[in-house]
Amino acid sequence: MSSETAPIVQIRNVSKTYRRGSQAIKVLENISLDIKEGEFLALMGPSGSGKSTLLNLLAGIDSVDSGSVTIGGIDITKLSETDLAGWRAVNVGFIFQFYNLIPVLTAFGNVELPLVLTTLTKKERREHVEMALRVVGLADRMDHYPGQLSGGQQQRVAIARAVVTDPVILVADEPTGDLDRVSAAEILDLISRLNRELGKTIIMVTHDPRAAEKARIILHLDKGIFADVPS
Amino acid sequence: MYLLNLIFRNIFRHKLRTGLTILGITIAILSFGLLRTVIDAFYAGVEASSSTRLVTRNAISLIFPLPVSHKDKIRQIAGVQLVSWGNWFGGVYIDEKNFFPNFAVDPKSYLELYPEFVLPEDQKAAFFRDRKGFVAGRKLAAKYGWKPGDTVTLRGTIFPGQWDMVMRGIYKGRDHTVDESQFFFQWAYLNESIKKSAPLRSEQVGFYMIGVTNPSIAADVAANIDKAFKNSIAETLTETEKAFQMSWITMSEAIVIAIRLVSFVVIFIIMAVMANTMAMTARERIGEYAVFKTLGFGRWHIAGLIFGESLLISLIGCACGIALTFPAAKAFGAELSIFFPVFLVSDETIIMDISAAIVVGLIAGIFPTWRSIRIRIADGLRRIG
Repeated sequence: MSSETAPIVQIRNVSKTYRRGSQAIKVLENISLDIKEGEFLALMGPSGSGKSTLLNLLAGIDSVDSGSVTIGGIDITKLSETDLAGWRAVNVGFIFQFYNLIPVLTAFGNVELPLVLTTLTKKERREHVEMALRVVGLADRMDHYPGQLSGGQQQRVAIARAVVTDPVILVADEPTGDLDRVSAAEILDLISRLNRELGKTIIMVTHDPRAAEKARIILHLDKGIFADVPS
Repeated sequence: MYLLNLIFRNIFRHKLRTGLTILGITIAILSFGLLRTVIDAFYAGVEASSSTRLVTRNAISLIFPLPVSHKDKIRQIAGVQLVSWGNWFGGVYIDEKNFFPNFAVDPKSYLELYPEFVLPEDQKAAFFRDRKGFVAGRKLAAKYGWKPGDTVTLRGTIFPGQWDMVMRGIYKGRDHTVDESQFFFQWAYLNESIKKSAPLRSEQVGFYMIGVTNPSIAADVAANIDKAFKNSIAETLTETEKAFQMSWITMSEAIVIAIRLVSFVVIFIIMAVMANTMAMTARERIGEYAVFKTLGFGRWHIAGLIFGESLLISLIGCACGIALTFPAAKAFGAELSIFFPVFLVSDETIIMDISAAIVVGLIAGIFPTWRSIRIRIADGLRRIG
């Protein structure tokens, strides 16, 4: 990565092994990576290559066996579970493959969810939510429940939820994996716009080469190591 | 507020399952409430007993009489304010199934000792005047449609014969704990009648009711009464009215224990049903809880969602159960008024209902909460899709 500014994400010598019964499966092996602020990175690789695991580690939802993950100057591997939860609430926005919206909440309620943990007043929360839904083009659907929205619209709500707290990084795990071609293209355009126009740092895992093309950097993982050494 | 709103919405995600669980809790709380009320009804006599009244009976057994002459000696004992006496008559009205407690008593002293039996002065005077008069409680009079002036015949079982009596009054209870299903007639009428038919059984009473000047001396007075008749032909056993009533309950203690046990079994069963509902709910939402955790919600938030839902379901069922307990108890009490003349849902029962519902809600939430908190986010997210 560029050496002009300090990278916002620094991964150093990270290894991760999962255990299934007596069997140890090495998923990541001594991985190091720097990601600059405002970057859009796509992680590709076959199933089981460790890309989702890497995404989970730098999003603070899984723990390393060894090595360090520093985001915005904080080594998150040193944080307690409670501190890590608080850190995630402020610093990471998540976009999942299956949207993971709460079905009993409206689009508005789903986007408001991460703001519940902040000190914002109800009025301020409303303003933030409306802004986020406007950004994703769903201002007119805020009272709709997930079941009343198409897959593409649900993913837009999920993106609004991811950006509403203005996080340091956005992580997306196969964000178009459950969408038809047209919806997938719209979602990718939206994610690209977030990176281009709002300067969001985005790390996206994908199998889809068309999705990866939207990223500025594409890295391939294979059997827990980078197939192409990051420059 | 946001999480409370979410809890409310979550409850009705599976309307049928939640509805059936609430129905189960409603029935359990209703059953629990009724069973507790049955237990309270057993103790109603004890609760209504006065601390200034003593009961004296034959030391051998309640079925053996005491000479009526004992009353004069009892009156002379220090601390004794009033002495009354009576017999359990055991009469039957038309048919054995028409059971109600009926006593031959000395009317003046008895009504003075029991101010909780409220009788209009004119009716009281009419009762005192008429040797063949009787008074009955409001519930009993209403049940058989008796009114003052009516002649009622009891068939004696302990004292054989047909006993014609004229109703002279209807008493009502001073408060809701007073039994309004009793029947009192003049002991003098009984005594004079059996003097003719069975002279050896006359001038005898089944029990003495004694009023003492101060509750603090009741034990001493009781001891002195028994001492006074020690080594006499009819030794006495004197105890407080409460202890006397308790001795009746002791006879049916096994039934009371069984009812109490069943009431807790009902709660235990619904606890298992509720725990199963919450376990199913939490298992289905493991992925959702992982999303919450991903967004930064902590274990206390997850615990709050699960316990909140569990408690809310339990308390809704509890509220419905309590609301149904009152009419059910009224119907039940009316049907069994002969066995349970005082059948009222007590405040303690309501508190126990609510406590049971809270305990059920909390216990049912423990395992799903523990499981949802422990699961790793990455594992939880894998459950989706």
